[in-house]
Amino acid sequence: MQSTVISLNGVSLRLLSSGALYWAERKLLAVADLHLEKASSFARRGQLLPPYDSRATLERLLKVLGGLEVEQVICLGDSFHDRQAAERIDAQSRACLAALTKDYDWIWIAGNHDPDPLGRQEGGTGFGTGRGTGGGRGRDWGGRVLEDCAIGPLVFRHEAEPQFGSGEISGHFHPKAALRVRGRRMSCRAFLEDGARLILPAFGSLAGGLDALDPAFAPLFKKGFRAHLLGRDRIASLPSSSLS
Amino acid sequence: MLSAAHQGRSALLIAPTGGGKTLAGFLPSLTSLASEPRAGLHTLYISPLKALAVDIHRNLLAPIEEMGLAITCETRSGDTPQSKRQRQRRTPPNILLTTPESLALLLSYHDAAEIFGSLDCVVLDELHALAGSKRGDQLALCLSRLQAINPAVRRVGLSATVHDPDELQAWVSPNGDAEDKRVMRIDGKGGAEPEIEILATREYLPWSGHMALHALGEVYERLAQQAGSGGTTLIFVNTRAQAELVFQELWRLNEENLAIALHHGSLAAEQRRKVEAAMARGDLRAVVATSSLDLGIDWGAIDLVIQIGAPKGVSRLLQRIGRANHRLDAPSKALLVPGNRFEVLECRAAVEGVRRHDLDGDPPKPGGLDVLAQHIWGMACAAPLDADALYGEVIRAAPYRALSRADFDAVLDFVATGGYALKSYDRFQRLRQGPDGLWRLTNARHAQRYRMNAGTIVEQPLMKVRLHRGKVLGEIEEYFVQGLQPGDSFIFAGQLLRFLGIRETFAEVARGGEGEPKVPAYAGGRLPLSTYLADRVRAILQDPSSWSDLPPSVQEWLKIQRWRSLLPDREGLLVETFPRSDKEFLVAYSFEGRNAHQTLGMLLTKRMERFGLSPLGFVATDYVIAVWSLKPAKDLDALFDQDMLGDDLEEWMADSSMLRRTFRNVGVIAGLIERKAPGQEKSGRQLTVSSDLIYDVLRKYQPDHVLLRATWADAAGGLTDIRRLSDMLARIKGKIRHRRLDKISPLAVPVLLEIGREQVYGSALDELLDEGVQSLIEEATQGSDQAGLPL
Repeated sequence: MQSTVISLNGVSLRLLSSGALYWAERKLLAVADLHLEKASSFARRGQLLPPYDSRATLERLLKVLGGLEVEQVICLGDSFHDRQAAERIDAQSRACLAALTKDYDWIWIAGNHDPDPLGRQEGGTGFGTGRGTGGGRGRDWGGRVLEDCAIGPLVFRHEAEPQFGSGEISGHFHPKAALRVRGRRMSCRAFLEDGARLILPAFGSLAGGLDALDPAFAPLFKKGFRAHLLGRDRIASLPSSSLS
Repeated sequence: MLSAAHQGRSALLIAPTGGGKTLAGFLPSLTSLASEPRAGLHTLYISPLKALAVDIHRNLLAPIEEMGLAITCETRSGDTPQSKRQRQRRTPPNILLTTPESLALLLSYHDAAEIFGSLDCVVLDELHALAGSKRGDQLALCLSRLQAINPAVRRVGLSATVHDPDELQAWVSPNGDAEDKRVMRIDGKGGAEPEIEILATREYLPWSGHMALHALGEVYERLAQQAGSGGTTLIFVNTRAQAELVFQELWRLNEENLAIALHHGSLAAEQRRKVEAAMARGDLRAVVATSSLDLGIDWGAIDLVIQIGAPKGVSRLLQRIGRANHRLDAPSKALLVPGNRFEVLECRAAVEGVRRHDLDGDPPKPGGLDVLAQHIWGMACAAPLDADALYGEVIRAAPYRALSRADFDAVLDFVATGGYALKSYDRFQRLRQGPDGLWRLTNARHAQRYRMNAGTIVEQPLMKVRLHRGKVLGEIEEYFVQGLQPGDSFIFAGQLLRFLGIRETFAEVARGGEGEPKVPAYAGGRLPLSTYLADRVRAILQDPSSWSDLPPSVQEWLKIQRWRSLLPDREGLLVETFPRSDKEFLVAYSFEGRNAHQTLGMLLTKRMERFGLSPLGFVATDYVIAVWSLKPAKDLDALFDQDMLGDDLEEWMADSSMLRRTFRNVGVIAGLIERKAPGQEKSGRQLTVSSDLIYDVLRKYQPDHVLLRATWADAAGGLTDIRRLSDMLARIKGKIRHRRLDKISPLAVPVLLEIGREQVYGSALDELLDEGVQSLIEEATQGSDQAGLPL
């Protein structure tokens, strides 16, 4: 699997073609926007999407972790598609989450979809019970919840803050970028960065994307950015002026 | 017709266009209602087109009013106002004219049994246009339901002349039985033989292209000649893009300022209505149209039909020619205008077919499981559902006669629970079985969702084209808009437009524009050539003694092919390879029909990928298959080896964009993927999930899911002709003649113009990514070199 090394606020970081970020020096892995239980969130409203998205996302995450030396994992928010995701997640994925949060120093950054990833406001203990379900259906996994998290010269948060200076890593936007090759427009998930700020692509298997040329990105990258497009096993790095 | 009605028997009337068959279908109903006036619904008329229903309505009202009959007659479609639709359910008219989609919706209401309880007769117009399609599957299921509500309902099928009338007889039979003796078959008398001419152009006949722009001067002369004597010409083209270009060019030539109009399915409805009305008034001298005018709306007198580009099938050609002169005794006049030399062969083959009355047609396909899912959902909206009874009903619909109970149950499970092996949706079931054994909706909003998503026509995502702060001109495919840069010009609705940008959900444009205009390519706009015609073309090509009466330029084309390369022979396989615009092309002249070529294309690209040739895509026609790659193919014997069929065909196919598109359509019809409601685009990306991502997850975790099976069945109709392919691979073994050319050969030109949107997933994606980056680097470094030059 290919990766690309960038420098962010003086720190050397590896962008992996899976969409995860690796900070070798700190043995730290970051992923954004897992959106676990997105399918069941639709099912709740009557659209019965395949209930395998959490499993698919976690299996991909396990595969990435298996190939690297990692001690700390940061999930950059929107890890769960909604506040009731914990009531719906299946036993296998639940056990997987419990094992992961036990094995690693696990940090949940709060996102707009999951402002409360451990359900503390409801249950108070981190083991809250879901509404309308039997016992033991709460969030029986661990990890710490933070609004944002500063490590060395870097800050990890869910959504980028336009006025923030240098060294910010975030998710939220699900960036995708498109390139025109031989008359064909190819659109892939992408990392966006300008040396001061980095936005990760969504890692979740059912998470869609927002095109990098969308005006939403303009205030964050006033002088343009580099997009690192994720192919099947490869990363292609391009200046924003070359995207289409 | 009347005797069938008296005996209460269903009937199938097959007659060429212009036989007045629609009115014949209504005659028994009018007679019965005139002699015994009554309240309630008596006759239901189903047409494939809303416009056709409106047209028939007009034609029925005239005699009803003239004779002062107390018969009520109304249309119903998505355009009917809400208040009128509700009133129609409370007090139905005697005669209701509608479409399969509107019928399905009516049947999903709890009062369906009351509305249709008094029904005596269903008239199915232009049945040949519905049978064999998903709309047809839906209609067949709805007919079964009508029969269940009232077993005495008679069906009257009206159809143009078709290849296989037995198939349609099954449709008209209450049991879906092609040999049902109770169905009365009436074969209408054929009209006068049509007069068909192939234009022998004075101009240079191009080697390539389908637009026939070279011949439009002569086309204009012909239509002006008709116009001189007050006549009207109908100009048929095969694609909407072609319609735009031909229309532009005719107006450029239009020195006499004749009233020439444009009609195709992407134009705004208002604009189409205007054209239709002007046509009915006789104000127009010519209309350029796509298949949007194929069906039998009565346009009044049309004196000449011009078909631009190849007709693609004998049945289709007959249907189009039939639009000229709706009188049986006078011959229809038609002019065929081939766009290139290959199309000359095709036109000649089609004219031969018409003379011999050899019609083409595909064998009937089993009904789609996705359509069945939609139907089950709709039936559950109407009333609590008994699975045994519904199964019995479904297998009386012709396309579902062979449906197994296991498949029915799998579809029912999909509708109820999603049909997943992982049973995590117990709480979210849409249908739940009660202690009485009946399935009921768990929530009334599932009925609303059904009504939002019903129908079997799945459009590509479309975007409205709007003049800057002005009116909407029509809709084009979203992906075409994404390829435009502000300032680009393109042709749409017969005008040259400049693209300003995307504003909210509109593509904003201004009139005028500069530079080479782009023409929107529309998905699904290309008609497949019937395999029957492909066979005839092959025969002409392989017999040089039959060339003598071909136009000189076509003879010359074939002779140049013989000189530059080779002519395809009967036994072996001719393969040409050549470079063209930084890609490597391989063209194989296998003449095995489009289905077999699709499969061959998939297998070839897969094998080329393994050989490291980085295939990028392929295109199949009825005659040839063309594959393009980054590197040239050299060992053709290995490439076409018979063991190709042993390769993992399925796995590769599953990743193709064709399967992904098919899955999206199946998912939308079955209710897995919801249609976008108007204005929903604005409210955020979390409301929709990409069908591609759903497909990937489902394929990985539950490859035998009923919707994936439905996707395969759908794709197989257009893809697999494995037997034919394996026979060919055996036949050509050791007989491949490979010609390496330095440029494209004359025979290869037409197929390269067919290059569509079929896309190869796989390692080529990564290579293209690399290449895109590389070329940008080169561009950048070249720029800096030049900047350093002392210019």
